[in-house]
Amino acid sequence: MMEFLHAVTAHSFMLNALLTGVAASIACGVVGTYVVSRRITYLAGGIAHSVLGGMGVARYLSVVKGWHIVQPLHGAIVAALLAALIIGWVSLRWRQREDTVIGAIWAIGMAVGIIFIVKTPGYNEDLMSYLFGNILMVSRADLVMIAVLDAVVLLVSILFYNQLLGVCFDQEFARIRGVHVEFFYLLLLGLTGLTVVILVSVVGLVMVIALLTLPVAVAGHFTRNLWQTMVVASLLSIVFTTLGLSLSYTPDLPAGATIILVAGAAYIIVVAATRIRRPHA
Amino acid sequence: MSGSPAMAIEDVTFSYNDRIVLEKVNLTVAEREFVWIVGPNGGGKTTLIKIMLGLLRPRSGRVTVFGASAVASRRRIGYMPQQSLLDLRFPATVMDIALMGRLNSGFRPGFHSAADREAARSALDLVDLTAMSDRPVGELSGGQQRRLLIARALACDPELLLLDEPTANLDRRVERELHDLLLRLNKRLTIILVSHDPTFVWDFVERVVCVHRTVAVHPTANMAREAISELYGTPMRMVRHDRHEEDESAQSQDPVEP
Repeated sequence: MMEFLHAVTAHSFMLNALLTGVAASIACGVVGTYVVSRRITYLAGGIAHSVLGGMGVARYLSVVKGWHIVQPLHGAIVAALLAALIIGWVSLRWRQREDTVIGAIWAIGMAVGIIFIVKTPGYNEDLMSYLFGNILMVSRADLVMIAVLDAVVLLVSILFYNQLLGVCFDQEFARIRGVHVEFFYLLLLGLTGLTVVILVSVVGLVMVIALLTLPVAVAGHFTRNLWQTMVVASLLSIVFTTLGLSLSYTPDLPAGATIILVAGAAYIIVVAATRIRRPHA
Repeated sequence: MSGSPAMAIEDVTFSYNDRIVLEKVNLTVAEREFVWIVGPNGGGKTTLIKIMLGLLRPRSGRVTVFGASAVASRRRIGYMPQQSLLDLRFPATVMDIALMGRLNSGFRPGFHSAADREAARSALDLVDLTAMSDRPVGELSGGQQRRLLIARALACDPELLLLDEPTANLDRRVERELHDLLLRLNKRLTIILVSHDPTFVWDFVERVVCVHRTVAVHPTANMAREAISELYGTPMRMVRHDRHEEDESAQSQDPVEP
């Protein structure tokens, strides 16, 4: 642990990693609470995996076509928002086809990503870091972008809390009250997309769902309503990412996987403790 | 607004693809009337309610609510959906749910005003849930959850209450409380109630609306009241099927059974 603290003060990449973890945790706690309570984690999974397509194309354009301004993070944002819109539109129009379409977008997005990544000369480690995250590679520029995304997600989530809460709990009732439920549902999925992009930098797209849901699941045991869950889930997420990062440092373990294991352990402990205290709950 | 009925449905036909669910339905509900809607599952009750709320557009016919279109009058209706359609382990307090009745139209960002909180609080007061307002909704009993959904509808400050199955799976005592509450509310509100349970409507419903593809309206009459009261332990009216306006079956004169 001392070694980790020393590394944070000595190396800027460790500080960037730590700050990325904190920024990601805030978005993840807030949006994760909406996602879990509205039960759309599968939609979030579809968005997360389709992000690979965007990152692959962006990287290809940058390296092969010489569009140096394009960063993988840009491609990820475009792909996430696009996937969110398509999935959201389908889920509003053809409820019964929803899972098929999500599955298709999930797989097509990944396939596009893999082809572009393989066709881009360079290191294949890129693929690994997109899939499983590489928080230690977050650059200063990435961090600025993540902070901006974080601010957008947080601002929108708080400003439209009442509408989003209404749409999550009872869409029909919200519609009767005059809330534009389609707009807010798509807005929620857009926020989910942006949060997924932030989280991909931390744990990679395969493990995004775990970080989106586990802190919320743990927080749910101690809170009464949505905003309390958001606050506690964000704080827990900060603890999980920071602890995971520090535990992974000395033995040189992958940070993303360690973070997920910390979150998973906390979840199992809380579930077990609840079972023991209230066996019939 | 006096003069125009609370709800007027004229010649409404609705179909999902080619399957006709409602055909040439006519129904007028006057202000402060209490109307009970019954009918078999799949008979079109829920569809009728959604048409009243402007959530579904009829294929033909006209729906006017307080003299305006169903969509335009939506915010004057307090709607209580079937409880089974909601996730009542959702992370929200009783107050949070009641405040949903104060959701406003448009994209106005921000938080509920003090007036909204006051309206939600007095709605909770009406259904006797004030003491529970900070509790998570998952901790409520079935009857309390039902009352909370009524409170949410009342928080809309409605002129018409539309209740879908408010008594499903409730025990008689809780039902009795709900009954008294609705009776009080009916003094100032129009109430349209969907229920499978005839013992619930007892003695306060003026008309029974049977929905089974078409709609037939029956008056209720005090028939053999004592006998039925004995059976159910509460005063109750019977539905006289012989006075069917569009008689369709041989079920005349049956007392309604639960």
